[in-house]
Amino acid sequence: MKFSQETLLRLYYDMFRIRKTQLRIESLYHLDEMKTPIHLCIGQEAIAVGVCANLNKYDYISSSHRGHGHYLAKGGDLKKLIAELYCRETGCSKGHGGSMHLVDTSIGHMGSSSIVGGGIPTGTGMALAIHMKKQNCVSVVFFGDGAADEGVLYESINFAIIKKLPVIYIYENNQFSVCSRVSARQAGEVVFHAVAPEYMFTKTVDGNTVLEVYEAAREAVLRARNGQGPSFIECKTYRVRGHAGAGSDAKLGYRSAEEIGFWESKCPVTVFCEELLKKGLITQNEIQDMEQDIDLEIDEAFRFAQESPLPKGEHILQYLFSE
Amino acid sequence: MPWSKIKPELNEPDFNNVTGKDKRIIPYADAIREALDQALSLDANVFVMGQGVDDPSGMFGATLNLHEKYGKKRVFDTPLAENGLTGIAVGAAIGGMRPVYFHNRPDFLLLAMDQIVNHASKWHYMFGGAVNVPLVIWACIGRGWGSAAQHSQALQGLFMHIPGLKLVMPATCYDAKGLMLSSIADNNPVIILEHRYNFRHKGFVPKEPYRIPIGKGIIRKPGEDITIIAASYMVSEAYNAALELSKDGIDAEVIDLRTLRPLDEELILTSVKKTGRVVVADTGWKTGGITAEISALIAEKGFASLRAPILRVACPDVPTPAGYTLEEAFYAGILEIVTAVRKLVKCKERADAKKITLK
Repeated sequence: MKFSQETLLRLYYDMFRIRKTQLRIESLYHLDEMKTPIHLCIGQEAIAVGVCANLNKYDYISSSHRGHGHYLAKGGDLKKLIAELYCRETGCSKGHGGSMHLVDTSIGHMGSSSIVGGGIPTGTGMALAIHMKKQNCVSVVFFGDGAADEGVLYESINFAIIKKLPVIYIYENNQFSVCSRVSARQAGEVVFHAVAPEYMFTKTVDGNTVLEVYEAAREAVLRARNGQGPSFIECKTYRVRGHAGAGSDAKLGYRSAEEIGFWESKCPVTVFCEELLKKGLITQNEIQDMEQDIDLEIDEAFRFAQESPLPKGEHILQYLFSE
Repeated sequence: MPWSKIKPELNEPDFNNVTGKDKRIIPYADAIREALDQALSLDANVFVMGQGVDDPSGMFGATLNLHEKYGKKRVFDTPLAENGLTGIAVGAAIGGMRPVYFHNRPDFLLLAMDQIVNHASKWHYMFGGAVNVPLVIWACIGRGWGSAAQHSQALQGLFMHIPGLKLVMPATCYDAKGLMLSSIADNNPVIILEHRYNFRHKGFVPKEPYRIPIGKGIIRKPGEDITIIAASYMVSEAYNAALELSKDGIDAEVIDLRTLRPLDEELILTSVKKTGRVVVADTGWKTGGITAEISALIAEKGFASLRAPILRVACPDVPTPAGYTLEEAFYAGILEIVTAVRKLVKCKERADAKKITLK
């Protein structure tokens, strides 16, 4: 597949922006001003970006506790994301959600669940709504290997196949659920085989290679838009940071520093950047300009968050029910 | 919004007085079915799902043959996968549909607690009001014929505990229709807990669509001496208990809560202020159940009105046994209500009161 320079640079920019946002969150987290658990997707940016580059504003995505990347890749408002981490009234969830519960309905992000696997059936249900309303949209569900342990995955996929729903399951296999390896929880490639490749489009890709993710997602999205039903894409990747919080968790001893180092060398952002440089598609100056733009945008988002008002305790009952 | 065209009705005009030529009397299941029929025809976003909704018995008749009229895309059978399918219903609601998900027993809702409690009930609040979940979950509490521990649980106490859920328990044919239409029109997740014994009722049901406000109860029988508070099938028991008690000269007021959440606190407290005595009756368990909650509410906000302790009529804290002699011991009803009331109300005619013989 041929990619225009514009597409390649856009993919890089989006990954770089997500990475830099997370690094900033991580570097400020110790100040304890963001009083919410954070689950960084450092090393997994290629998946969110490669998939979302195929989507339009009206397509839905469902995300999880590790959802900053999905939110930004789909076009979620950066200021509102940071404000939500600061638990401000101006946050995307008005300070009611925190880092694990992001939302931006204006771009089809209808809210992320921190119950592992929780977004799988709801994302499937959004595809049912699309199907029943005969909309030309798709619903993408991002979930990890922990969620693939859950029964709702199989319940949802079965239903999506029965109804031929326009849903794309993106299995981000980052190999860990907290400290538990996927190999301790799943028998080999059982998840991939259990999702019935004979009944839908399935593919396994290198989740650290944005173009591989992009191409597989493109086919899945086209099929969904053409009424050809659901798809399942396994993106193999690695969680380089700890389950939650900032920094490396190598000191816990459940995995070696060498193992983490190996995967850091496969960083989806820097490896892609090196490729672009090698092919002469980007220059060092252009990268610096990009970085400057991103830094300014992030500065502005943090300033916005820090200066925003906190929700008032007396409004605690607000939003319990919709009128 | 098509739903605003349906007029709200506060009062049921003919509770327990269904005679008259111009009164259309229909069975309970038909009342629900008519509500669904009207909702499906009124709003293209409404759909009905659930295991067996299109089968020959049509969910005790409540969904009978609706799939023939509206097609299997809008009235469809589902895999049993309760948690997954509840999440799918939640997602469809987030995507702008108005699903009505049927289960023939609330016991199966326990398989879907993650999606009901962690997702449906949280979505509006957790995202600062950005997303609505207009979802109806309907389940029918079983009773009798050896239904036993896993086919007869009255789980209203569990659901009442959860902020973000509305909980509806109709008692009459009129309410079964009006509350179903209100629940479908509501922009929040609503659980309707039906009772299998309600399906024995026939009653007056107007043909045109109407809504009964969620969060408002109704006085089924006014009285001065004591307040009996109930919901769903227990309203029938309470009403009949009140009639029995009137023979003793005890004038009991019967409150039908209609919805348990939001709870009509004002109706309860106003009645207690008048009577000063309360029996709370429920089809569920006593501990941590709705009788506990309502008693606590009265103790907190209506203590000064009380002239006697609050008494509760509920099921004993054991799983439902299957055998019919044990079942008889398990279920509380008119006899227990009458006994409780008599403990609280000193009655002139008491000595002369006939011993009631029931069951």
